[in-house]
This record gives sequence, C-alpha cells and structure tokens, in this order.
Amino acid sequence: MMPSDQHAPRKREDARWAAFRDRLGRGWYKFSRNRISLIGGAMVLFFVFLASFAHFVTPYPHHAGAYTDFMNAFKPPSAAHWFGTDSLGADVLTRIIFGSQISFMLAGVVLGISVPFGVFLGLLAGYIGGKTETIIMRITDIFLSLPALVMALAICAAFTPSIDKAMLAVASIWWTWHCRLVHGITRSIKTEEFVQASRVLGASHLRIIFRDILPNCASPIIVKITLDAGFVILVGAGLSFLGLGAQPPAEDLGTMISIGSKYLPERWWMTVFPSLAIFLIILGFNLLGDGLRDALAVEEGV
Amino acid sequence: MKFSYFLARRLLYTILVLLGLSILIFVIARTLPGDPARLALGPFASKEQIENLRREMEMDKPLPVQYWTYITGIFRGDFGLSFQTRRNVALDIAHYLPATVELVLVSILWVLLLGVPLGVMAARYKDRWPDNAVRVLAFVGVAVPPFVVGLVLQLIFSYLLGILPTTGRLGLMTAAPVRYTGLLIVDSLITGNFSALGDALSHIILPSFAIAMTGIGQIARLTRGSMSDVASQDYIEASRGFGIPNRVVAFKYMLKPASIPPLTVLGLTFASELSNAFLVETVFAWPGMAKYGIRAILRKDFNAVMGVVLIIGLAFVVVNLIVDILSGYIDPRIRKRQEEA
Amino acid sequence: MAERSLLLDVRNLHVQFRVYEGISRVLDGVSLQVREGERVGLVGETGCGKTVAMKAAMGILKSPPAQFPTGEVFLAGKDVLKMSPTEILAMKGKIIAMIFQDPLSSLNPVFTVGQQIVDVIRYGRRRAGDGRRPARATLRRTAVEALESVRLPDPERMLKMYPLELSGGMRQRALIAMALVNRPRLLVADEPGTALDVTIQAQILELLKGLAREAQIAILMITHDLGVVREIAERVYIMYAGQIAETGRAKAILDAPEHPYTRGLVASVPRLTGEVLAEGIPGTVPDYTEAPPGCRFHPRCDHRMDVCEKRKPLPVETAAGRHVACYLYGGETHA
Repeated sequence: MMPSDQHAPRKREDARWAAFRDRLGRGWYKFSRNRISLIGGAMVLFFVFLASFAHFVTPYPHHAGAYTDFMNAFKPPSAAHWFGTDSLGADVLTRIIFGSQISFMLAGVVLGISVPFGVFLGLLAGYIGGKTETIIMRITDIFLSLPALVMALAICAAFTPSIDKAMLAVASIWWTWHCRLVHGITRSIKTEEFVQASRVLGASHLRIIFRDILPNCASPIIVKITLDAGFVILVGAGLSFLGLGAQPPAEDLGTMISIGSKYLPERWWMTVFPSLAIFLIILGFNLLGDGLRDALAVEEGV
Repeated sequence: MKFSYFLARRLLYTILVLLGLSILIFVIARTLPGDPARLALGPFASKEQIENLRREMEMDKPLPVQYWTYITGIFRGDFGLSFQTRRNVALDIAHYLPATVELVLVSILWVLLLGVPLGVMAARYKDRWPDNAVRVLAFVGVAVPPFVVGLVLQLIFSYLLGILPTTGRLGLMTAAPVRYTGLLIVDSLITGNFSALGDALSHIILPSFAIAMTGIGQIARLTRGSMSDVASQDYIEASRGFGIPNRVVAFKYMLKPASIPPLTVLGLTFASELSNAFLVETVFAWPGMAKYGIRAILRKDFNAVMGVVLIIGLAFVVVNLIVDILSGYIDPRIRKRQEEA
Repeated sequence: MAERSLLLDVRNLHVQFRVYEGISRVLDGVSLQVREGERVGLVGETGCGKTVAMKAAMGILKSPPAQFPTGEVFLAGKDVLKMSPTEILAMKGKIIAMIFQDPLSSLNPVFTVGQQIVDVIRYGRRRAGDGRRPARATLRRTAVEALESVRLPDPERMLKMYPLELSGGMRQRALIAMALVNRPRLLVADEPGTALDVTIQAQILELLKGLAREAQIAILMITHDLGVVREIAERVYIMYAGQIAETGRAKAILDAPEHPYTRGLVASVPRLTGEVLAEGIPGTVPDYTEAPPGCRFHPRCDHRMDVCEKRKPLPVETAAGRHVACYLYGGETHA
C-alpha cells in the first residue's frame, strides 16, 4: 500500500460530501422554484406548529377531551366561536386543532415503527436473496393483497375499537411498502458493477450496505415518507369515521366528521370545518412530497 | 405456448397468496382477544348459551383443525355461518355483492372517461393553465378523504340543490326490477324497466363519483406524466420527422405507449376504489358489501369478516392479473419480460 | 463542375439555451451548405453541437428552451426559422428526412414495423396532394418495396414484426426505408452506425451511398468518425464547440488538414502502418455557459496567438472550395 493511499479514502469522503452538498443545492433550487411544493411545505409547517402549541394557540383549550356544556351546544360560527360549537357544546376550532394532534401522532407512530422495520426487511431480502428473499417478499405480497384500508379494517376486527389499536393495525401493514421499495433498489444496486468492484477490493457487506445502497435509498424513502404521512392520516381518518379508531369523546378529525354528518345539513359547520382541516393537512403533505420528489429527482410511482 | 405457461404460474401464485391471506386473517381473528360468541348473544346470555354457541361454531377445536374445516368448506361454497344472520356467509355475500360491484364498476367508468382525457389535455398544454388546473384537481382528488367528497356532494346536490337523492340505490316509491344479475342498471335495461333505470342512475351518480375522485386524480396525473415522457422520446421525434401529422402522432403514436403506466396502475386504482367504497357506502347508506363488512367487524362476526376479506382479496388479485395480461398484450416489451421470467 | 442548386443553406446561425447555470451558447455563428445530390459530412466530437445544428435546420428544435438570437436557415429556398408549423410539416419527408443514431429508440416499440412505415407512406401521399384515400393494398405494396430497396430479407414477414424482434442492422435499414420512402431531397443522417457493429455500419454506409446515387438524394452525414467521412462524404465541415473550423473536399482535408483542430483529429486516428503513435488533443470541450471568447479552440491550441481569444476568426479561402477559420492563415477579424 502506497503512502498516497492514505489520503485516497479522505478524498473520496470529501468528494462524496461535495457531491451531496451540490445535490442539496440543486435540489433546493428546483424545490424553491416550484411554487406548489413551497406552499405544501408551508402548510405542513403551519399545521404542525398549530398542533405542537395547541395549548397556547387555541381559544378554549379546556374544550378538548371530555367537555360538555349543553347550554352552548350547536351554536353556528360567530365571533366567539369561529367554527361554531358541536353537539356537546365544545368549540369546534379548538377541537380541530387538538384533533390534528392525533393525526400527526398517528402518522408519527405508524411511520416511526413501519419504516425502519420495512427498510430493514427490504435490505435483508434484497441483499441476501435466496430463500430469505422469497419468504420476505411472499409475506409482503400477502399483506399487499388487500387495499390498505380494507386490511387495516380486517385487523381492527380483532380488537375493541380504539386509537392505539388502529395505529397498530395500520403500522402492521405499512412496512410492506417500504420493504418493497428498498428491496427493489437494493437488488438493482447489488448487481451494479461498482458494488462488485468494491467486493473485489475487500469491502465488507455492511460497508457496501451503508456506503452504496442506503444513500441511494435515502431520496425515495424521504419522498415516500412525506407522501405516506398524508396517506396514513387519510386511512386513519377513514377508520375513525367508520368508528374503529379514536372513540368519542376524543376529538379525532374523522370521528368529528362522522358525528357531524348526522346533523347535516342544518348544522353544517360541524362537518365542513373538520373536513376542511383534514383535507388541508393531507394536501400539504402531498404537495410537499411531490415537490421533494421533483427536487430529489425520484421517479414517479414512489 | 410460453404465454399460457406464464398464465398458469401466475394463477398458482395467486392461489398461494390468497391462501396466505386467509391464514393471516384467520389467525388474527381467532387468536386475539374478544369473545365473539358472547358478543353475538349479548350481555344477558347465560354461560350455557355461550358454550352452546361456541360448540356450534366449532370454536372449541384446535386452531389448525378449525382452519382446515373452514378452507375445505370454502371450496364447497360454505363460508361458515354468520353470527348475526345465522345463514351461510356465502349467501349473505351473494346478496350484498352486486350493489358494491355496480358501484365500483361505474366508478371505474368515471375514472377512465374523466381521468384519461384530463391527463392527455394536461400533457398537451404542458406548463400552461390547463396543465396546472389538472394538476390542482389531481392533488385535491387524492388529498380529500372520500367520505368527505361524499358528504360534500350530498350537501350540494341533495340538500342544497335537491336534484339528486341522498341515500340508497332506489327510491322508496320505485319498484325494483326483476333480479337477474343484481346490478340494477343491467337488470332494468334487460327488463325494459326504464323508470327504475332512471332512478337507479340518479342514485348511483353521487356515490360512484365520490369513490372515483382519488382514481381520477391518480390516472390524470399519471397519464399526463407518461404522455409527456413519451412526447420527449426519440421515436416520437422521429415519426414527426418522417412527416406524420401531429394529431396522428398524438392520438396513435403517443397514446398507445403512454397508456401502459396508467394501465399498470389500474390495479392500484381498483384497490383504492374498493377502499373508498367502504367509506362512501357508509355515507350514502348503500346496501353493499361494505355495510355488511363493517357491521360484521363491529360485531366481531368473524366468518362474515373472513368471507368479505377473501372476496375482496380475490377480486383484487384477479383484477391485477387482468391488468398484467392486458399490458402484455399492448406492449411487446412487457410480453417478452413476462415470457422470460 | 456545374453548380448544383442549393438545398440547405445555414447562414451564421447562433443557438442558445437557458439552463440552471446560465445561458448555454451552443452554436456560435455556424454556416454550412448542402447542394442537390451532394454527399456532405459534418464532423465533430460528441457535444460540439452538430445535432443541435441539424435539428435547427429541420425545424424540430423546441423553441422555448432554444433561442435563435441571429442567423438564418434556408431549406429549398424557404426560411425554416420563420415557418409556421404546418409549413414545416409539409417539408418533412418530402424535402428533408432525418435518421438518428440509435435505431431502437427511433422506432416506436409498441407498433409493428409495417404499421409505422405504412403511416409514413400514407401521410406522405396525402400531403403530396393525392386526395384519394390510398388503398390498403397499395400502401402495403409500397411498404414492401421500400423494405426491399434497403435489402431487408423477407419484407412481407418483416411488416408484422416489432422493433425489438429485429437486429440493430435490420432496424437501421427499416429506418432508412421509412426516411426515403417519400423520396426526400435531403437525408440527414446523425451518426447512423454508432450503435451498430463496425461491419454492419459499413454495410449501412454502402447502402446509403447506393441509394443516394440511384435516387439523387443529398446526404448530410453527421459523425465523429473520420473513417465514415472518408467512406461516404464528398465535402466535409469540421466543427468544434459550435464553430465551423474548416471546410472543403473530404479527401483534401483528411490528407492535408489545415486547422489545428483538424490536424489533432486526424492525428488521433490510429493507423495500421507507420511508426507515429496516435495522439489525443489535450484538454476538453468547453462549457457552453462559459465558452471561451474568440476562437473556441484557442485554450487547447498549440499555435494560439493573442488575437485568437479576442475575436472569432472569419473563414479564409486557402484553395478552391476550401476555407479555414484560423488566424494562422491570415484573415480579417470580426468587426
């Protein structure tokens, strides 16, 4: 080994970093030029901010949870209650903001569990191949043989309806998407020549996984997580709407819409405002995810 | 020769996946907490009654035995007894399925008739206002929960404008046509019952559109993307260079290769339609599988849940198979890959 | 030598694109001409702008990203850059046709060869003013004849085949058939053999030469391969980084190159005899967003002078029909 080789790995690091920074710069350029994705990003930040500081931002923070004041029930939107009050007399605006907390928590928990699990299994399946791959991918196929909502419903069937069971149900199917994604990428990279070259030079499997495969997965995974956040919230709202997620008096948005729908069309505000809220949250994530996809140059279909 | 081999392998694989699904759901249903017998009989049932029901439902036997009885029963058409209706789940499903099938079929029509042209238009006027409008529409379509769409449509067209009915498949006053297929539109056409036809159509418009919203958005975006991808391909430039007029290039030479990605996504669109159906049927009180299934879930009627899940799983994999075959038919490159695999 | 009439006349064409890094000035005053029945070569490395020049000439350069600050392109007497899309369409296939580098990507993968060539014939007929709907049988017969003319075996069967079922050479022949079936007066061939084996490439070139002679079709051959030039071109333009370096009779230029770049090109071709090893030209093609001023070759040129980076050299006539754009041969400078 010649003395100059000691600098070689260093230079490679610098080169990689420079390339990464350049990619970030280009990515930001593309992203910031795309008005729609900036709007999405702003929306997400706004709602997350509201949800995080719910206690300080809402006009009637004590209306969250089990609050009843029947004298005040069914009031239409007014100066005191911008979005009116619901069937129990609680301020709708407050409950919506607290309800968005549940939505974000759902997305966080589900993705926090399913993404690492799915990525791990995908790497395993793609890298090791053989029987392991077949078993893992067949199991993935089974979980994917039903649409997400239907599968979640079926799993919820086994439990008493509650928000944490719903989260568990959704998490237990969500890992499959990431598993498939990472498996595909791993397989295609594994056969690339530079990986074989690394192996010949004596790189260990772990090194290849961390140096060559994972960085290539990073962009698609980031895009997918962003889009998933919206989709998970959508599925969660659907489950609550059907009565299988958060139970009253919890202020989940889906539950609010379900209850509010009984009072259509006279007391429209109980349905319209939570619907608008959840729509905007999901839309924000979708716009953001789409913009990221453009900026990080990931193909469609992720 | 090669193609039928591919087909046979796919069918076998499909069956395996479905079996796997059935095992999964079965295990979840039977091993997890909650006593369905107690739930079915209500809180005032005596211990003896519950035990009787358990024996009747064969819940005292070991799990693999239960599964075996169940699976062999499936192949005989016996889906087990529903806790609620006390009749064969297969009969229940046969009763409720056509309503959902009709709804989903009409939704797919919406997706194809609206989604594809919108996507083509967006690609044609790329980066100009029609493209942006379609893009916004697509985003909205994918982001709005289907039950919200259903409620909003109800609000506008039924409550505010009063031109379309709120719930159900047929008005209370209308006589239902003789039941041949269970699909109201088909049945009323066959029997010439035009008042029923009109009524059925007016009832199906809103829910089918609510279900279709997501799909329309997805297909429009995908068509736009694949059209613009194809438009930048060398072979399109070449065919223009040979003097083929733009309209022919667009509708023939671009559309055909561009239709492949949306086609492959059709399977996923169908999946989202099925999911959406569960939500929308609830909003419109549509007497379909979703209503039956959700009731079964809330009451822990496991045979019913299994039956619904299996039927939906079957429908889904069959649709995927059809989509794969169609793709192979249109695009020789895919056919080649299928034959080689 | 009788003066044949001018078919393609590109005059001082400038083309630029707006990109992330700024403005990419690809073509910097390119002028070239092709006469009826002539075989002209356009030589340059990858990235020198040859394809851009040709696409501009055909009117198929997409205008929002591309900008044409100055220059004109005349095809059979008409100004291409000012034509309406309908007029451009009328020209295609009848006056000018183009075949691309990669025959696989030039053929639509989901249609058979027959379907594609029949459409070319049908729409060519229609534009020729043949109002009646041509019969299916006639179209088919013409298609078969076209495939025969490019010496494809079993043309009847070939009509039903998809592009991926054919070999590279067969695809290229089919493309040539499609390009020539409506008898254009000029065929632009963009590196037609690059994607193919050398032996197949030689066959294709022979085919093109033969067809051009029989049907009096002018050929503009775009290539980076001097061997191809020697094989097929009567006259040649040497292009570097969006500027024409040298032009003249092909044999003359290849035997005695004058421009330093051409000299470098010729020297870099390995020879079977002689002791001199092939040498490359040090340096790389410039970045068009920061193109060197004046003569764009000057950073890599051994003979550069101060004036070279100040103003772009005008072409100097060093012999009959031979022009070099280099201050080594004298020449006025740009105003």
